[in-house]
Amino acid sequence: MTGQTRAEKLRNRLVMALEPLSLELFDDSEKHAGHKGNVQGGGHFTVRIVSAAFEGKNLIQRHRLVYDAVGDMMEREIHALSIEAKAPGEE
Amino acid sequence: MDVLERIREQVENHPVIIYMKGTPQFPQCGFSARAAQALQGCGVEFAYVNVLADPEIFENLPRFANWPTFPQIYINGELIGGCDITVEMFQKGELQKVVQEAVEKAKKEES
Repeated sequence: MTGQTRAEKLRNRLVMALEPLSLELFDDSEKHAGHKGNVQGGGHFTVRIVSAAFEGKNLIQRHRLVYDAVGDMMEREIHALSIEAKAPGEE
Repeated sequence: MDVLERIREQVENHPVIIYMKGTPQFPQCGFSARAAQALQGCGVEFAYVNVLADPEIFENLPRFANWPTFPQIYINGELIGGCDITVEMFQKGELQKVVQEAVEKAKKEES
């Protein structure tokens, strides 16, 4: 570990891949304390992203872009990711 | 039968199917609960698979559709998304439309 928190790592990956105009990241992990996924160490996050990368794309295509950006963090570090993905002008 | 083949059969044989943690009556995860509730709000019957009761599907479904999380909702054999997308579509009235169309289509094909 480099000292980078899980949330920082997630934010960096989203910024690198999607160049968002705005990005809000919420760590909801505490709300799910005791939840099975949480016991295993996976965090719960909510992201709100506005990015030109979402223009002309439907919801599933947008969510796939987000999951692609997050990559292998979905395997262990993140148990659940709630996504709000908008193109500029939609917010 | 190979597990991916088994999943393919399930999604193709049911116009609407949700892979979830728990069941619509007894969901074991908030995201699964919300997605199942949206489907129930569409007023048609839908199939469900409790992935917690089927470890093989739990392990392999994410690579079946290249989608890392649960729940997963399939309409006409195609993944429409997880909890956020399903709920958002329901709020816009789109989910009701596609679900009802899928069920009608399946009925016609049966008769």
